[in-house]
Amino acid sequence: MAECEYLHQLKVGQIATVSALYLKDDIKRRLQDIGLVVGTEVECLGRSPFNDPTAYLIRGAVIALRKEDAKGVAVDMKK
Amino acid sequence: MFERIRNDKKCGGQKASTILLAGNPNVGKSTIFNHLTGMHQHTGNWTGKTVSSAKGTHRKNGREIEILDIPGTYSLFAHSPEEEVARDEICFGEHRGVVVVCDATCLERNLNLVLQILEVTPSVILCVNLLDEAKRKHITPDLLGLSRRLGIPVVGCVAHKKRTLRPLVQCIENVLKDPPAQCTKVNYGDDIERAVALLETALSSVSLKGLSPRWVSLRCLSGDDALLKNIEDYLGEEIFSSPHIEQAINEARATLGKIEVSECIVTTLVKTAERIALDVVKNKADRHFDHTLDKLLTGKKTAFPFMLCLLGFILWLTVVGANHISDALSFYFSKGESWLFEVLQSWGTPEWLYKGLVLGVYRVTGWVVAVMLPPMAIFFPLFTLLEDIGYLPRMAYNLDRPFARCNACGKQALTMCMGLGCNAVGIMGCRIIQSPRERLLAMLTNTLTPCNGRFPLLFTLSFLFFSGGDTFLSALCLLMVLLLSLFMTFLVTKLLSLTFLQGVPSSFILELPPYRKPEVTRVLIRSFLDRTLRVLGRAVMVAAPAGLVLYLLANITVRDGSLLFHLSCFLDPFAELLGMDGTILLAFILAFPANEIVMPIILMGYLSGDALSEVPSLSALKEILLAHGWSWQTAISVMLFSLFHFPCSTSLLTFYRETKSKKWTVVAFLLPTLLGVVCCMGFHFLTKLW
Repeated sequence: MAECEYLHQLKVGQIATVSALYLKDDIKRRLQDIGLVVGTEVECLGRSPFNDPTAYLIRGAVIALRKEDAKGVAVDMKK
Repeated sequence: MFERIRNDKKCGGQKASTILLAGNPNVGKSTIFNHLTGMHQHTGNWTGKTVSSAKGTHRKNGREIEILDIPGTYSLFAHSPEEEVARDEICFGEHRGVVVVCDATCLERNLNLVLQILEVTPSVILCVNLLDEAKRKHITPDLLGLSRRLGIPVVGCVAHKKRTLRPLVQCIENVLKDPPAQCTKVNYGDDIERAVALLETALSSVSLKGLSPRWVSLRCLSGDDALLKNIEDYLGEEIFSSPHIEQAINEARATLGKIEVSECIVTTLVKTAERIALDVVKNKADRHFDHTLDKLLTGKKTAFPFMLCLLGFILWLTVVGANHISDALSFYFSKGESWLFEVLQSWGTPEWLYKGLVLGVYRVTGWVVAVMLPPMAIFFPLFTLLEDIGYLPRMAYNLDRPFARCNACGKQALTMCMGLGCNAVGIMGCRIIQSPRERLLAMLTNTLTPCNGRFPLLFTLSFLFFSGGDTFLSALCLLMVLLLSLFMTFLVTKLLSLTFLQGVPSSFILELPPYRKPEVTRVLIRSFLDRTLRVLGRAVMVAAPAGLVLYLLANITVRDGSLLFHLSCFLDPFAELLGMDGTILLAFILAFPANEIVMPIILMGYLSGDALSEVPSLSALKEILLAHGWSWQTAISVMLFSLFHFPCSTSLLTFYRETKSKKWTVVAFLLPTLLGVVCCMGFHFLTKLW
């Protein structure tokens, strides 16, 4: 069963699929440019020493996002 | 809009056979550019290295091809000025073809841009770079299959190995001879395709001056008004207001009803890229190595100790190496000086001239070279290696949280690192920060990082006064200096964001590129030739005439003292408040064009009229300083003031060019100066109390 959650809740090592983007236009477009669209698989790779930002694996590239921004990305957790 | 950008770059009259180098950031465009043109653009493993276009010429068999290296971009839906530069060059520039450079280890995301460019022009060559890195990660992209899927020529290469670029050059020549007319199109689904067809028919009645009707139609449908304006500017007529086209646009949009066109286009592009990548790249990248290294370099417990050790180690290597070279250099310079003296004397040169030349020009220049060259020639190549490996973005990643706390952007750490080389470059590098407020913060605080020109002074003083000749202590001392500058950067950033530059931190997307094996020899040689010698050249250019002026100032006597003496006497009372003396303060002021010459000016001031006829070695230098009333307190004050004082003229000019604001340029001048004055006065006061 998939449950609706947000990207920042992903624990290190967890994988999820993007289900919706609730973000301001500017950052939403940037994320789409690097391939983060609905249906994209994202893996949480690790957190920086101060816990924020977090590194995600998005379409083969490692992208760091702040918690504030990751909050706007709804995901379906993978079991 | 694009008019302005083109004028900025002064590339109005491009030749007919221009080829663009486009691609995602950090895929090796600049490396390929350097090899094709024989130029030496600085390269590094992080996103946003190239902030403006570079132009060069590839010559082969008497034929010339203009190559234009444009800033990296993830898409043609521009968000930032550099991306606009890239988009405008691709869409409106007069080129004969585009080479899209891709990273073989991350083909899927790169293909997104390829598909977008294919909509603009079919004259595209796909160059899959970094095949060696891909091999290391067990990825073998099927280039033939890719070429078939996209309908364009695809070549593979390993950019840093020049001979692997031959197929690319061949391909470029083929495209110039026989430009392709057809390529694969992305299918956006029946609804959008129908609307596009409708618009294409309407647009067929006007001249699009080479723009693809399909591309223009798609942009009409997604309704990016700024871009539509650019298209009209390019065409020189307001085609979208002409009745039958306007009507067609409205009709086409009406057929789409509620479909979010731009959303749909973006998603389709990404999904198409995904499908193609899935077909041509069979296995997933092996990220094991990167992951392990990341755990060490960005781990909670290990990140900062590692960063400190690494910086400390580099500084230690610098101290150890620089001392030896410095001694050797000053030995040869003093030999050269006596030789020059004799030669000029034997030629019968008038005394004032040869003294001015030797004691003024030669000695100051010799000093600048002997003291500046060694630390620069060691520190900066080492730092460049870090850059090449891909460590700098990790530093930005580690430090983002503290910067966010100061309502700033973690990428400021990257611009600080650039500032370590040259503040003017660092200030220009702030373009990688999107939010204007955060960019201004980064620019204003950039000069708090000691640059190439100030580094040797800090280096010399910390070695002379605080290490007792111990290289380890000296390195530690330098590390403290860097940490102090980092701390001040945070402090000033915080203060500014609480007062004049209030605002919330904007969004932050930072790519952590894969670690790459650095090519040690190439990096060392290039960094030495391009950075060290260039900065040194600049220093010498300023130092040589300054030496003459200084010699005159020191030797023209008015009443009972030299001009230099009078000037420093005038500054003495104020300088004393800062824990320095008039000569030192005068040196800082006179070194406004180039910070490198602070120390030579101080020496000139102290030695005016003195018969010492050689470039002093480090130990002799300490004697001179001590003889003129220096103590460890003076040394600290000078180091503090060197860290925090007005930016050099080049930095200020760059600042003005980037901001176009006189007000902020004045702030950029006053802010570090005030900070330095406060720090020095505070320190002086404390030592007095003590």
